[in-house]
Amino acid sequence: MSVAKEPVAVVGIGQTKHVAARKDVSIAGLVREAAQRALQDAELTWADIDAVVIGKAPDFFEGLMMPELYLADALGAVGKPMLRVHTAGSVGGSTALVASNLVASRVHRTVLTLAFEKQSESNAMWGLSLPIPFTQPLLAGAGGFFAPHVRAYMRRTGAPDTVGSLVAYKDRRNALKNPYAHLHEHDITLEKVQAAPMLWDPIRYSETCPSSDGACAMILTDRAGAARSPRPPAWMLGGAMRSEPTLFAGKDFVSPQAGKDCAADVYRQAGITDPRREIDAAEMYVPFSWYEPMWLENLGFADEGEGWKLTESGVTELDGDLPVNMSGGVLSTNPIGASGMIRFAEAALQVRGQAGEHQVDGARKVLGHAYGGGAQFFSMWLVGAEPPTS
Amino acid sequence: MPEVEVLTAPLVVEFPFTRSLGPVQSAFLTGLRERTVLGVRATDGKIMVPPVEYDPVTADELRDLVEVAATGTVTTWAWNPEPRRGQPLDTPFAWVLVRLDGADTAVLHALDATGPDAVTTGMRVRVRWAAERTGAITDIACFEPHESSEEAGQVAPHAGEFTDQVTGIVTPARLDYTYSPGRAQTAYINALAERRTVGERCPSCRKVYVPPRGACPTCGVATTDQVEVGPAGTVTTFCIVNIKARNLDIEVPYVYAHIALDGAGLALHGRIGGIPYDQVRMGLRVEPVWTEGGRYPDHYRPTGEPDADYDTYKELV
Repeated sequence: MSVAKEPVAVVGIGQTKHVAARKDVSIAGLVREAAQRALQDAELTWADIDAVVIGKAPDFFEGLMMPELYLADALGAVGKPMLRVHTAGSVGGSTALVASNLVASRVHRTVLTLAFEKQSESNAMWGLSLPIPFTQPLLAGAGGFFAPHVRAYMRRTGAPDTVGSLVAYKDRRNALKNPYAHLHEHDITLEKVQAAPMLWDPIRYSETCPSSDGACAMILTDRAGAARSPRPPAWMLGGAMRSEPTLFAGKDFVSPQAGKDCAADVYRQAGITDPRREIDAAEMYVPFSWYEPMWLENLGFADEGEGWKLTESGVTELDGDLPVNMSGGVLSTNPIGASGMIRFAEAALQVRGQAGEHQVDGARKVLGHAYGGGAQFFSMWLVGAEPPTS
Repeated sequence: MPEVEVLTAPLVVEFPFTRSLGPVQSAFLTGLRERTVLGVRATDGKIMVPPVEYDPVTADELRDLVEVAATGTVTTWAWNPEPRRGQPLDTPFAWVLVRLDGADTAVLHALDATGPDAVTTGMRVRVRWAAERTGAITDIACFEPHESSEEAGQVAPHAGEFTDQVTGIVTPARLDYTYSPGRAQTAYINALAERRTVGERCPSCRKVYVPPRGACPTCGVATTDQVEVGPAGTVTTFCIVNIKARNLDIEVPYVYAHIALDGAGLALHGRIGGIPYDQVRMGLRVEPVWTEGGRYPDHYRPTGEPDADYDTYKELV
């Protein structure tokens, strides 16, 4: 005999205005701001929260080793369970999923989940290139890690070399409609994107993500909590995480197996058989522009080798048939520890009809996606405007 | 397999992280610079020193600062006979919790005392200010014994405003440990000293790991059979690096490539030289170039062979 899971609803979403540096607040002050906005959105108070689940960037990125200890009072967690999740860049997504599991399993009724990073007080570049003895230092930054995989994608699919710039141009224009996005490049043109210098050829400067300070919070609750929600909830229709080693013989860096498996699990839970037709929009973790077409294939929105055609033909534009990264994406906002949760929150905003100027008309089912490490961790959820039927 | 001594080396990881203080910690640390100890009034009226931004019971935002005395009472203590690097005093001292006069909570700090016999719970102490103060907890050099009675009525409201307010601090983080690459990588590194590249084969999937890590992450079994690969290999993919890294003495642009050495089950990473950067291509056949005393090949250069066919290496991309 199996007992059905409790349906999970998102009833509160809060973000800070993401910027290059928030020198006016402590980290506690930063997370507090996002959490307060989520509570206000849900019209709840600290007393309504049963547990807190937080995520952040890897410890040595920002030198904050025990955030769960330091942030308990800022997040109203005193006397309540508080958990911290670690999964590199995907952490914002997996943090939300851990929180959702607490509700789905009826351990807690209403959970605050939050992820953050102050990149201005971090050093991700340094954190990624610690001087390990006996090894040869070769690499200059995360872009150098990912650029060869972009070249491999181009070789494998025959994609024209302009596709990446189309993604960056689209995402930066979407960001102009999102008041919380970090980059607001009002004078952006495709020519400017294409004229930017190559940092790690084939990745241009204009096709990389910024460094941001920011936090994102969500309130997840059960069916009874959703019934009291003052605004339409987003319902979780499926959620999954998968991992694989950073390096192994046979790893497909262009389309990692763990990503495919994770998406398949989400679609199975949600009863999705044709994601391209049944899902209205997707908010994906695209830190370098070319990852849009790569993930379109990995997530089953396009056949292998065909993802770039969706981008090139405008399908992923805000007014296209499958809008991607309506918020402006990681290319416009990247507090690494929070980036996964911002993707999940954007998916929820869309199905709640609360996305403002970057709202996709009629968005009923939207995918939120995060990944991290050397394409090692994947976490995704599908949210809908209607509760799950089974 | 002969027993070989596993390599080890010291590894110190250190970084001076910055922290923005926010309004409460900014006032507290600037106050210390000015020999003023500030606390904050919690929702229940209690005075917390050091002050916190958010109430530990109600989660309310706390901003009602007060000044407390620089004298107080030890509430508990522990003797520290062997001070370590970075601790407040370099001679034996007591760790103490001190409730400053006017405060309801205690602050952790060091007490300069002649020995454990000179420390008691309930003893009276006062702040010994550092000669040079910057707006940090170390502006309190330590506490010292001080005969005085508890001063009542020391709590006075304070705006928390000072000239030249401290808004950020540097908090160095340091890890100091012994790194070992383990048995498999030790064998790999030792072979490199003879300019040979030796990986290990998985007994289950038969793939050769270079560098070896002692286990196959796919099959979850130990790898033990050593297999020499290369020396030549194929560029499976690459990027052209145009930004100079502070920690690397390599002129830009340079080509950072994934190179599948002949016989290896996955690509390793290396720099390509001996060819203009814009002529490097996937499938290029390369071989290592060693420099005197180098632990690794300095770079890889073209062998002059015809390029490898894509189908021969596409599984390794």
